Amino acid sequence: MNAEQILFILFGAVSLIGAISVISFRHPIYSALSLIVTFFAQAGLFVLLGAHFVAAVQVIVYAGAIMVLFLFVIMLLNLETLSVQGAIGRKLKGLAIILGILFAAEGIYIAVNALNDTAVASAESGAAAVTTTTYDIGELLFSKYLLPFEVTSLILLAALIGVIVLVKREGQEES
Amino acid sequence: MENIPLVLIISSLVKILIVVHLLLIGVMIMIWAERRVSGWMQDRLGPNRVGPQGLLQPVADGLKFLFKEDLIPDHVDKPLYVMAPAMLLVPALVAVAVVPFGSSITVLGHEIPLQIADINIGILYILAITSLGVYGVVLGAWASNNKYSLLGGLRSSAQMISYELTLGLGIIGILMLTGNTLSLRTIAIEQGAYPWQWNFLIHLPAFLAFTTAMFAETNRLPFDLAEAEQELVAGYHTEYSSMKFAMFFMAEYMNMIVGSAVTVTLFLGGWHFFGLENMGGPVWSGIISFGIFFVKTAIFLFVFIWVRWTLPRFRYDQLMNFGWKFLLPVALTSIVVTGTLWITTNSRLIVGIGNVVSAFIVVSIVAGLLVMRTPKPAIQDSDDRLTPTALDAIE
Repeated sequence: MNAEQILFILFGAVSLIGAISVISFRHPIYSALSLIVTFFAQAGLFVLLGAHFVAAVQVIVYAGAIMVLFLFVIMLLNLETLSVQGAIGRKLKGLAIILGILFAAEGIYIAVNALNDTAVASAESGAAAVTTTTYDIGELLFSKYLLPFEVTSLILLAALIGVIVLVKREGQEES
Repeated sequence: MENIPLVLIISSLVKILIVVHLLLIGVMIMIWAERRVSGWMQDRLGPNRVGPQGLLQPVADGLKFLFKEDLIPDHVDKPLYVMAPAMLLVPALVAVAVVPFGSSITVLGHEIPLQIADINIGILYILAITSLGVYGVVLGAWASNNKYSLLGGLRSSAQMISYELTLGLGIIGILMLTGNTLSLRTIAIEQGAYPWQWNFLIHLPAFLAFTTAMFAETNRLPFDLAEAEQELVAGYHTEYSSMKFAMFFMAEYMNMIVGSAVTVTLFLGGWHFFGLENMGGPVWSGIISFGIFFVKTAIFLFVFIWVRWTLPRFRYDQLMNFGWKFLLPVALTSIVVTGTLWITTNSRLIVGIGNVVSAFIVVSIVAGLLVMRTPKPAIQDSDDRLTPTALDAIE
């Protein structure tokens, strides 16, 4: 086993443990923290794939910004321990079982494919060979993927304007 | 992986040891300097009893922190309460790994760069790691189960998210004019030996915005609303005592040192100073370049203390207004102007002039709009004139 494999197992294990503790902790703050741990481990996996830029963005955007907002909201609302109860709880449980079966099927499908050395595995080995620098990603974004990039930015702009409009209306009603 | 010469492995370990210890010693010197310089600025003495000029005062402070009882109050959320100081301290320590603190030293035929890790995404790494520091503050505040702590933590998280944007956007102008990499080393090398070639003149508005945002990120006055003593006792670390309290303070000073070092690298020419860094042989030039970097960082740290006793603390709504309505537009304009002028004229001089002019225009437009939209203050109870803030909404 070389260093890369050891690191892969380490990051993979941490990411799985984090993901499981997100749903097993009863307190929302601890769940949010576990999610941050998962994001970190995933950033580590991205580095192993040679995608340094994606790893950095993963930490900056998810761990650094979005999760801080999550924590902010949890603290503002002062959420206490949550539990699934009552009639809605039973319906949610049914939904959860269906989704769980779907995800498990997907997982098994991917695992079988990986064992047969088809789609996923070959894509992985191909990605490991290329070290994607920020320069490469920037060039791709502004040439080959220019249209998707611009569409995404327009969607984000729309969301931004929407937020401002919503917040503004509320503020005016108050006063 | 297997073919790395032994010299490089040993030199990396030595560099890590030196940098970590320099950082810790730097924290001690900063504690001493902060108190002595504060004393000097306020025309009093400051600590001058322990050792020559009071230089051993930080050692005495450290010993006192170690021997104090490590009290964990009953009402706290214990795991998070214990973890929070470390979560603030670790990012501060780790961020220094990509800062280039000198040119290079040649040992046994191997050129050893004076930097722990020269990674391709250097500046993104710094942004990523420093953005994690907020968790220590927020979780420590929440775990303390104390309303003053929580208010401090909430203020801090809102403030850090707001000013992080300016911090990131302020760098983009530099990246556009530097070759196709985000490595801090390349950015430092590409700035010439003379002050007029350094980035702070080409990107003056971005430099000012970046520095201001850095003050906010390190929770220093005039942005230390998270621990505003008059309002919040001590903010997020009210419930902390002994070494845990000291860890919060060490993290703050470490963040200041790393922030200064990054600013020196990005904007103030790194280790360059009138070609002095090229003097001497392959060993001496490295040491001299480190000395130049050290002095520049020290001067910047002095500015931190200087500002602390020059500017009063912002009110919360002023802080948000300043960040979103002045710093962010200035940083955004500087990106557009730098890009446009660089493509059309390819001249750093014109980019520099254009940046300053456009920043002036933006600031005056924003200020004009704010003045026009503010209703004339009616003479009544002072409470009515306070703008509602996020904190009012919480209450």
